[in-house]
This record gives sequence, C-alpha cells and structure tokens, in this order.
Amino acid sequence: MTSADKAVPAVELRGLSKAFNGFAANTDVNLLVRPGTIHAIIGENGAGKSTAMKLLYGIHKPDKGEIRIRGETKVWKTPAEAIACGIGMVHQHFMLAGPYSALENILLGVESSASAEGRASFIPKFLRPVGRSRAIRQLDEISSQYGLKGIPWDTEVEALPVGVQQRIEILKLLYQNASILILDEPTAVLTPQETVELFMNLKKLAAEGKSILIITHKLKEVMNLSDDVTVLRGGRVVGCRRTPETNIEELAGLMVGRKVNLQVAAPPAPVLGPAVLALKNVSLKTRSVHETGMHRLNDLSFEVRSGEVVGIAGVEGNGQSELLHVLLHPLEFCKSRDGGLSGEINCLGSVTHDARRSLSTKRIRDLGVGIIPEDRHKEGLLLERSVEDNFLLGQETRKPFSVSGFISGGALRAAANVAIEKYDVRPRNLTIEAGNLSGGNQQKLIIAREFEQSPRFIIAAQPTRGVDVGAIEFIHQKILLARTAGAGVLLISSELDEILALSDRILVMYGGKIVARFQRGEATEQALGLYMGGAGSK
Amino acid sequence: MNFNKNVGLLLGGLLWSAVQLSAPLAHAEFKVALVLDKGGRDDKSFNSAAYNGATQAKDEFKLLLKYVEAGDDNAYEALLRSFAQKNFDLIISIGVAQAEAVKKAAEKFPQKHFAIVDATVDLPNVRSLLFEEHEGSYLVGAAAALVSKSNIIGYIGGMDIPLIRRFEMGYAAGAKKINPKIKVISNFIGVTSDSWNNPAKAKELALTQFNGGADVVFAAAGASNAGLMDAAEETRKYAIGVDSNQNWIKPGRVLTSMLKRVDTAVYAACKDAFNNKFTGGVVRFGLQNKGVDYAVDQHNEKLLTPEIRKKLDQLKIEIISRKIKVPDYYTKK
Amino acid sequence: MKFLERIQPLIAVIVGLALGLLITQFAGESPWHVLKVLAGSAFGSRYDIGMTLFYATPLIFTGLAVAIPFHAGLFNIGAEGQLTLGALAAAAVGIWFPNAPWPLAPLFAGLAAFSAGALWAAIPGWLRARRGSHEVITTIMLNFVAAGVASYATLYLLKNPDSQNPETMAVGAGYLLEHIKFFGDAPVNSALFLALIAAALVGVFLWRTVGGFQLRAVGQGEQAAKTAGIDPGKMRILAMCLAGGMAGLVGVAEVLGNATRFKLGFSPDYGFIGIAVALLGRNKPLGVIAAAVLFGALHKGTIDLDLETENVTRDLSLILQALIIVTVSADGLWSWMRKAKTNGGTL
Repeated sequence: MTSADKAVPAVELRGLSKAFNGFAANTDVNLLVRPGTIHAIIGENGAGKSTAMKLLYGIHKPDKGEIRIRGETKVWKTPAEAIACGIGMVHQHFMLAGPYSALENILLGVESSASAEGRASFIPKFLRPVGRSRAIRQLDEISSQYGLKGIPWDTEVEALPVGVQQRIEILKLLYQNASILILDEPTAVLTPQETVELFMNLKKLAAEGKSILIITHKLKEVMNLSDDVTVLRGGRVVGCRRTPETNIEELAGLMVGRKVNLQVAAPPAPVLGPAVLALKNVSLKTRSVHETGMHRLNDLSFEVRSGEVVGIAGVEGNGQSELLHVLLHPLEFCKSRDGGLSGEINCLGSVTHDARRSLSTKRIRDLGVGIIPEDRHKEGLLLERSVEDNFLLGQETRKPFSVSGFISGGALRAAANVAIEKYDVRPRNLTIEAGNLSGGNQQKLIIAREFEQSPRFIIAAQPTRGVDVGAIEFIHQKILLARTAGAGVLLISSELDEILALSDRILVMYGGKIVARFQRGEATEQALGLYMGGAGSK
Repeated sequence: MNFNKNVGLLLGGLLWSAVQLSAPLAHAEFKVALVLDKGGRDDKSFNSAAYNGATQAKDEFKLLLKYVEAGDDNAYEALLRSFAQKNFDLIISIGVAQAEAVKKAAEKFPQKHFAIVDATVDLPNVRSLLFEEHEGSYLVGAAAALVSKSNIIGYIGGMDIPLIRRFEMGYAAGAKKINPKIKVISNFIGVTSDSWNNPAKAKELALTQFNGGADVVFAAAGASNAGLMDAAEETRKYAIGVDSNQNWIKPGRVLTSMLKRVDTAVYAACKDAFNNKFTGGVVRFGLQNKGVDYAVDQHNEKLLTPEIRKKLDQLKIEIISRKIKVPDYYTKK
Repeated sequence: MKFLERIQPLIAVIVGLALGLLITQFAGESPWHVLKVLAGSAFGSRYDIGMTLFYATPLIFTGLAVAIPFHAGLFNIGAEGQLTLGALAAAAVGIWFPNAPWPLAPLFAGLAAFSAGALWAAIPGWLRARRGSHEVITTIMLNFVAAGVASYATLYLLKNPDSQNPETMAVGAGYLLEHIKFFGDAPVNSALFLALIAAALVGVFLWRTVGGFQLRAVGQGEQAAKTAGIDPGKMRILAMCLAGGMAGLVGVAEVLGNATRFKLGFSPDYGFIGIAVALLGRNKPLGVIAAAVLFGALHKGTIDLDLETENVTRDLSLILQALIIVTVSADGLWSWMRKAKTNGGTL
C-alpha cells in the first residue's frame, strides 16, 4: 500500500453511461485514478475510450452516473468548466494555431483566465496586455521543473517537429494549472526516440504530483509507462489492473474478449520470383519544397520481388505518400504543373513510367496491382455507399460484374457474399453503408476486394492503422498468405512492430531518400528508430 | 401532434381544392381586364398611360378593372384565356409582344372583345390601337434642335425593334428640319424585352451621350426612361420623356414629353365597349386626333419659350395638312 | 425515423406552402382562398393541367441537368445557357432544312439541341477536369456568353422579318410536335414524353450501368475512385455533357413543341428553377419529375392570383418557391436538432 492508495482519488467516474441515438457508447463505466499516477485506458476502436474521456472533459454530458474530481462531485456544462477545475486534454490532432509562435499559442488559451492573477479586472479581457516577459519567466520555470526542455518560444509552431509541438500542448496545460492531464493516442505521430522522451517527461510529471490519463491501443507502451490500466470493451469496463501485475497477453485478451496470438509466427523463408516492382533512380521534384512542405523523392532505386514483403519504415511525411502517388498515378506528374518526376518505374513487367510516357492508373491496376491505401476513408472506400458497391469499386468494368456495360447485380451479390464471409467482414450485410462499419471491418472489406482479384503485386500502406487488435492479427495473416501464394508486397507502415514482423527486407525512408536497408532479423527497433530520425545512412 | 394535424388538414385541403374550380367573380358588373407589358404598371410611361386610361374609365363608368403583369411570354395566352373564361367583357393587351397570344385567344373566344396596343390583329372582335409615333417624335426632335446649343442631340431606344426605330427616324427628321447640320447620336438599350426595364443601362447610355456633347436626349424606353432623367439632372442637361407626360419627374430638366395617348385609346375602347359600341379593326392615333403630341405644362413652360411653341405648332399644322411628310420606318421612308 | 426521412421533402413542401400562405394572411387575403385559386388554376381543368405539365416539361429537363452533375460532385448553374443554345440549335436546323420530313426532322433537330447543350456544358466540364476552374463560376459566366450568342444569331442570322419581337423565323412544318389532345388547347406536347423517357434513361444510366457507377463514385469519393483506376476528370466531363444535353432538350419542348421558333428570353429562368427542382427531388429522376410538376403547378397557379385576388400577385410564386427551398434545405437543420437533443443540448 503506497500513499497514493490512501489519498483521495484525483478522478473518479462512477457508473457513467452515455448513449447516442440509442446506441450505448458507455455503460456503467467506473474508473479511479490515483493522484500522481499514470493511468492507461485501453480498448479497441469503438470500445468507448474517447467517449469516457469526453464525458470527463465536459464535451458530452453523461446520461447517468457521477464524475468526482478530488472527491467532489462535478457536473460540467462546457469544457471550460472542466478546464477551470484543473483538467487538461491533449487531442490526437493538436489544437495549435500553426502560424503563431509557441509563446503566443500558450498565451492564447490562457489570457482569459489571467484575471486569476489579480490583475485589474475592469479592463475587458481581450484588451489586457500580454505580459510577455513575465509569461516567459513563468514558462521557463515550469518547463525546467518538469523537464520539458528545448521549446523555442518565438518560432512558428508549424515549423517545429511534431514532438516539440506536443510538448507545447502539454506545457500549455501546465501553464493553465492543469493537474489532471488526458492524452489521446499521444505516440501515434512520434518516432521511437520521441516516444521515449515523451514517456520520460510524463513520468516526471507524475512524480511531481500530476495525474495522467493516457488513451492508447499500444500494449507495449502501457506496460512501459503506466501504473494502472483500465480496459474497455463494448462501452463497458472489462478489467482494471495494476500494471506490474498484468502482462500483454492478458490485456490483449481482455480487449478482444478472446485469446489473441500476437506473435506472428516467423514465416518460412521467401521463395523469390521475378521482380514485380523495380524503381530506377526515381526522383520527384516539386517546385518549392519549403512552401508546400512536400518532400521530394530523392533518387529511389529498389525492387520488390514476387514472394517477398518489402517494408518501408519511416516517420510519416518523409516521402511515403509521394512514393505511393508516383506508383499509382504517374500520369498526373506528366500532365500537371508539378512535373519533375524522373527515373524509371517498372511494374509487373510493364514500364509504368519513364522519360517518354506514363501509364494511367487504370492500366496500372489492370496489370494486377492490389492496393490497401493509406487513408481508407478517403482513398479506399465510398463511405456513403453500400458494402456491395464498395466491393465492386475498381472491378466494375470486369467480367462477370459488367455485362455489356450494365452491372450484373446477381454476379456482384454472389461474389461479394463469398468475399465478406471469407474475410470476416461484420456484419454480414451487403446493403449497409461502408461508413457504418468499424475501422477494422472497413479495412477487411478493402482487403477482401483487393485480394479477391488475386493481385500479383500488393501495395499495403498503413494496413492496420486504427484497427483493433483482433483485426490486426487477421490482416497480417492475409498479407503473409498472399506472399506465400507468390505475390510481391510493398508494405509501408509507421508501426515498427508491423514492419519488423512482416518484412523480409526493410528500407528506411527519411527526407524522401532511402537511408538504410536491412534484411529480416538484422534490424532492431532502436536501429530503425535512429535512421528514421535522420541520424545518418547505411 | 397539433402540428401534424394541421399539416394533414392542409394536405387534404390542397387535394380537395385541386378538383374545385375557383369561384368566379360574383359581380354582374361590366368587367375590363388589362394585361400589361414587362415594365409594369409603374413605369411612369407606356404601361402607366394604359393604366391611367383604364382607371379613368373605371371611375367614370364604375367598371370592374383587373390588371396583371405577365411573368413570361408563354403566360400571356393563359392570362387572356383566364380572363375570357371568367367573363370579362373587354380584355386589353398592352404591347407588341402579346400579338400572337391575342390572336389565339380572340379566335378561341369570338364573343369577347379584345384590344391590343401597338400591333395589328386582324379579327372582327379585336381592336388594334396604332399610334403615329413618328409624327410626335418629329415634333420633339424639332424642339430638341431648337433648344440645342451644341448642335448634337441624342436618342435612346428601349428594345431594338421596328417600332422604336420609327420613333428614332421621326425624331431625327424633325431635328434636321430645324437644323440640317445637327448631329443625332443614337443608342438602343438591348434586344430583349428586359430593355423596357433597365434604367441603369439607360443612364449609362445617356451619360455617354451627354458627355459626348449632346445637350438634349430623347428616350423611348418605357420604365428605363428613369435613367435618362437621372442623367439629365446630374449633368444639368435636358431630357425628353415618352408616352406619358414625364415633365414632372425632374421639373426643369425635362424639355417636353412625346405624348403617346395610350390612355385616351384605352379609355375610348372601354367607353365604346361599355356603351355597346365596340368595333373591331384598326384605329390610328396621330397628331390629327391628338393621339400623339408634345407636352406643355407648368413644369416646362419656361423651357419651351413661346417662340419655340409657335414653331412647333406651325409644324404640327403642316404635318396634319400633309404639307410635311414625316418619314415612317414602317413604310421604309 | 427512416420513413420520416423519406417523406421529408414532402413535409418541406407542405410547411413551405403553409408558411407562404400564412404570409398572404398578412397581405389581407384569406390563405384558404389563395390556396383554392392556386390549386384551381394549376389543376382546375384539362387545359390548366396541360399548362402545368407544359411548364413542368422543361423543368424535368433542367432538373436532370442539375441532378446528373450533382452525382459527380459538380454544381451545374449553367442549365440556362445550355438550354438557350439547345433551343437555338433546334431552331437553326429547322430553318436551314425546312423541308425535312416528319419523323426524321424532329429527331435531327432534337439531336442538334442535345449536342449543342452538351458541347456548351463540356466547356466548364473540361475546365474543371483539366484546369481546376470551379464549375460554379464558369457555368454562370457561360450563361452570359450563351445569351449573347443567342441574341446575335437571332437578330443577325435567323431573324424573323415579319415580327417586331426578337425571334427567329419559323421551323419547317415537318419539325413540329403534336400537342397532346387530351389537354385541349394547352401547348403541352409530346416533348413531355421525351422528358419522362429521358428521366428513366438517366435513372438506368446512373444506377444500373458501369459508367453511372463510376460517375457516382467520383462524386462520393474522388480519391477512392482515382485509386480504383477511374479518371475523375473524364467522368466530370461526361456528367457535364449529359447534363448539357438534357438542358438542350428544352429546345425540343419549346421550339418544336410550342413556339415553332426560337424567341429570345423565352425561358422564365427554367435553368435556375431546375436547381430547386433537383434539390427538392433529391437528385433522383422520379423526384425530379415530381418536383418539376410541383414547380410547374406553382408557376401556372400563380398566373391566376393576379386575377382572383386583390393584394396577392404572381410574385407569391417566387416566395413559395423560396420557402419550399428553404424548408427542403433545412434537412441539415433537422438532423442537427435531433443530434442536439441526444447530446443533452450541448454542442
């Protein structure tokens, strides 16, 4: 029994319930955060993690139940009341104003509460002078107290690395005197090194008496970081553990509701066939890299061969999106003003781009290319259309679905039914809108569509992003199965675990360049992380 | 709940009334309908004149008068038919755009009396009211030339159609009669019926003409004439109005108005019909029967000096007595 | 819930009408009387129904002309210009080849009307697809250009020398479409059937063919369609061409079916009312037909308002149209209010 056990809990949720349009997002949620600890909240997508936090933060009102902060029952009408009570939230997408400096961003949110410092209150809030030097003094104090170092006060926020932006967000909360911090998926955008740094900071904050709630689905992080962990499933709390007393397997089982095999069995050595993709000195120049923030592709040369998985590791925004674009839509670069694509791309034996010509997307896809796009909502699915129509997308011109220009509903339904059964898309209903499926099932629908066309070359970009643990396992199996069947796979992912588990070879991209190449087994998370952070090349 | 009930009532009502013919107007009075041209009742010009004539008849004979403005060219016929079906005794169409509709409606309802201004419809139950616009225009052209110091005068037509060319030709001839060297600048507002109701464009054209040296401008453009009046006031030059007496609109800046007595013609048609003396066929209004004229009243008597008026009245007599032959655009000079 | 959503346009129409009629109360008329006049004028006799359908015919075409591009994610405000040129083309064919025999002549003229509208609409389609110019701007601007072209052609190339009005000569007798006898003298003609067939074909195309699937895919998710190998630009041009063609067919109804010639300014903004028709009809062919009949009825119905009432004029038609559009687009408001309720009033 430590002192934290006996103290009044920093946050206590009692029997919280919330329904949206009759759908219960939270049912009878109980949660207890000890002061000065880090409390992880885990669960699959749609398990109700975010809803619970939004109730705590005053964005939604609970239908039933009670919120207690330091022992006192609270009812918020707006988030402002929660903030005044010392609760702060770092959203997954930072709420910073890009063109303003770090200092301005911090002061933006706080100026309104400055009257608490005893300034003359007859001046309207928005007219009060910004006490710049005093603010900097205070901020310096806070940042050294909690070890949040290296924030350049006067630089525009959008020019700063993501990790620093996140630190600014946290500092902003501390400056507002927040004592309870909520972080929503804080590591999604960070490199491994930045993640380590964040965790150190968070631990320090907890040691200084702050209580921290962290929403995540990365179980390894939970084990490394947290003191306690609460597991949600289907809107209910299904488990609450002291972190040292549990393990990854147990947590994963609680999340999914069954036993999960997280270890992808090391696949047999690849049976290599001919190259399905070959890039030779591919470079992409945009007019002004600095203005658009678009990274070029810088002299890329590599091959993907039939029967292997080639993983591309890298922090997002280092040219992966551009690489995908160039592979799929080379034609756009010869037509548009953003010219400057050079080099040669060969896909499944056909030249898809060289100095003389580029193939259309349709032609490239018809070569036998399957794609799991980066952003499934925008690039993968028509969210307002039925599962059936989404299954058809991309193969609507092919037999048996097209009969002399008309769509054969019968053939489509038959094939789609088989596919959603085979790929376990739930619910088994062809007529519901794709937008109403969970993230995992959306992704499975895409994979069903693409893999059922027996592609010989598969581009899998962030195939398990935002997908629950059970679906991750399933998707990984399907990718490896395709590899065994002889397809070549180009895997682009910012999840190092995924890259390490699936790839036969790993290429690290940084700044549009391939900075390192590894064979299976050679790479470690630390080594990859170094190159991803731009620490050199190999 | 209450709301739903009301909605139901309304919907039911809609369906019910769909099969009901709307009740006819109950009075057994003498009924006159007036179908106006685009530009509308308040154009202070052409349509206003027609409306005033009809109103005069209404007051005098206690008629029931209904007037409408058509929304689109296909609506004319429907309107005329509706009036005929509702037993209007006389239906008067204002403007050349209705010629075809009047012809069809008059054929369909031979017992009803129709009248149309500015166009000929050759049916026994239609009276076509035609005006000798060139004669009146000749007089105001002469007046413009008599007043002009710059020896440049202007003309603005509404819609570019033969009728409005007829005004132009008479106006220029009158001016040249006084001063053979005078220059006449001429512009038209447009080619669609919207031209009758575009004062902004009229003002723009008028300002251009005034700035180009003209010091008197005559416009035959219905409701668009308001633009000329504004321009004359701004540049402190002279305007000439059309159809109605427009002298009052900007007193002191309107030299005179070319009167086209649509009011008299409409009044006469009402009167004849009321007295059971309605006749079909073409009725012409010229200087001779005061169907066209130039206007003098308290607003412009200082501008039109007695000498000018004397000269104009002399011209008038010469035209009536055929001593002067005014060129007519319709008969090609 | 589902049922409510489906009949929501109907409710919107009723609420809009009710609000509009309420206004007449303030103008000193009995709303009940106004409603009776409206309904009587629009549906009171065969002739009246015929007039209503006569006005509805072009609105079906223009409604489709807005609905098709909508499915490809485009907003066609250019139907007015497209129908102007379509009508002009039909008239030009009829004037240049006056002796063409009956079944071929209208077919030929109809084809010309369709092509003229399609070509005209292809310009903004191409500009959007290949140059990224926003179609709302380009279609609006092209309306003015079309009006200018039509004026020039009417007054200098095809002018009717016997008339004061700005109109072309009449087309050959072989071009004219039969009026539908059932409706008496009303100018409603067989173009109405053409409109219904066109609506049916549009429905089949959009929901049953590969091309329609691709076109709608572009409208619902351009990126997803692109990734799937569909060329969004091509689909946009196709959508605009079909739309322009539909608008162009108004020329068949007007020139071959009614006026026998092209008259400048014949359209009382059919192209713009088409936007409201598509909106109210939820961009579905059946919906467009129903909405077109409703707006046709409003147009015809208000003609008699001037006659039958003291204080209410045909401008009420505009007010009613506007109110109906407002109540229809309150769609978003409805769902917002529902959401607000479930969220306990905080938003």
